[in-house]
Amino acid sequence: MLRIEALEKRYKTGDHALKGVSFTVQPGQVVGLIGPSGAGKSSLIRCINRLVEPTGGRIFLGDVDISAVSRSDLRKARRRIGMIFQEYALVERLTVMENVLSGRLGYVSFWRSLLRRFPQGDVDKAFALIERVGLSDHVDKRADALSGGQRQRVGIARALEQDPELLLIDEPTASLDPKTSRQIMRLICEICAERKLPAIINIHDVALAQMFVDRIIGLKAGEIVFDGHPSALTNDVLSRIYGDEDWNAQRKAQDEDAQDAAAVAAFEIDRARHLEQV
Amino acid sequence: MSAAVSISGRQWKRPPLFIHSRFWRIAIYGGALAYLVLAIGTLDINWTRVAEGLERSGRVLSGFFQPDFTSRSRDIWQGLVESLTMTLTATVVGVLISIPIGIGAARNVAPPIVYYVCRSIIAVSRAFQEIVVAILFVAMFGFGPFAGFLTLAFATIGFLSKLLAEDIEDIDEAQAEAIRATGASWLQLLNYGIQPQVMPRLIGLSVYRLDINFRESAVIGIVGAGGIGATLNTAMSRYDYDTAGAILVVIIALVMIAEYASSHIRKWVQ
Repeated sequence: MLRIEALEKRYKTGDHALKGVSFTVQPGQVVGLIGPSGAGKSSLIRCINRLVEPTGGRIFLGDVDISAVSRSDLRKARRRIGMIFQEYALVERLTVMENVLSGRLGYVSFWRSLLRRFPQGDVDKAFALIERVGLSDHVDKRADALSGGQRQRVGIARALEQDPELLLIDEPTASLDPKTSRQIMRLICEICAERKLPAIINIHDVALAQMFVDRIIGLKAGEIVFDGHPSALTNDVLSRIYGDEDWNAQRKAQDEDAQDAAAVAAFEIDRARHLEQV
Repeated sequence: MSAAVSISGRQWKRPPLFIHSRFWRIAIYGGALAYLVLAIGTLDINWTRVAEGLERSGRVLSGFFQPDFTSRSRDIWQGLVESLTMTLTATVVGVLISIPIGIGAARNVAPPIVYYVCRSIIAVSRAFQEIVVAILFVAMFGFGPFAGFLTLAFATIGFLSKLLAEDIEDIDEAQAEAIRATGASWLQLLNYGIQPQVMPRLIGLSVYRLDINFRESAVIGIVGAGGIGATLNTAMSRYDYDTAGAILVVIIALVMIAEYASSHIRKWVQ
């Protein structure tokens, strides 16, 4: 269980990214974090595992106050939190297996990791996870030889290899096409359900978030402006989160996308018909 | 379409880019030209000596066109082996020392104090040209290849640490961040997050430095730091131009082999 109390982040540049954010995530709950760019979504997620140092407030994962642990204990705290990144953030020149095994770095000694001699249990788990995400044929391929969707699957396997108690997911679908995005979101949500794993997903695609998550938190200018079930996300709420203009623009863009898709579909059907005639 | 209003006969001149004032432009450019003319005038060219030299250079060139590999083959061979030994050992030692210094000199992985210390080491190493360093080491450790080895290792540190540090500063931070997020220690971060990103370039630079070190070993030999350069120097002072020619041919051949091999290796490790 994750509990965040009055979390503050002010950058050296003066940007006040988080202004006293508080919420609790229950076991197995998948939370979608939405909000316009610059609302502090990315800062919030990175404060939880202290890739960004918070300037105030507390973060409890179970009984441990992550915001107060020392540098050496931070390593132990971080290994309990799996993270999945926007541009996959795989180490490009390492193999799929090495990338997945890097999820164990918080547990093994430097020498073991240097010689790539991970404990048998870790290797078994890595094979099982690679199979779970459907990449069994690519174990020894270099990460830069994979497609976007495949890379994100490796990213998911790496996070799960940590045996995390919490998943932090930063824009998992931002660089993927719509179909792959849905597949990846489905995979993440299935895995969270299988393992009763709580997750915070930072996501800009509201429609996609509504489709998959259990709870939505809306962030605006560093403050929570909505916290509830996805079905409670009305147009009013969305224009409160995104501001009237931005929300209308986003909706218009979505409408246009839908129209484009419909036009393409119609064209395909026409062409198929035409080809049949010829 | 609306008709464009055209006025013919308008003048256009490219505005002066550096010095806007007409007076200073003439003064500075004119002054520089006058200085150049006067400076050439002070070069004291002694045409009779040039004429004598022409005859000598004829002998030098004819020596080079008929290189003599045999009569001093033992000296040439010894100098060559010395140069190659010096080059290889200096490169290996230099690279091994450069790696920790390069890591320390990368702002994104080293704490500020370490960063400044390592940057200072690099600055000192890069401040002196190889020949100056060689003269110093020859004075400290005597003539011979040991001084040459130290010189080349010292120069390698400045070269490689600086480029390695810059490469580490240019890595894709997302990959390093992901490794940090798993709870990796600092050494594990270097091994998993950074090494894979900089390794091809490190290998490429090391091979390139090997190539440079071989060429430098021929030069620093002339100031007494051993190797094929020392053999060349001896041959020249003995007016033994055909042997000198042979040595030059050997150096050119080896540099070409090194050049070809290093570009090949660099392509292969990408």
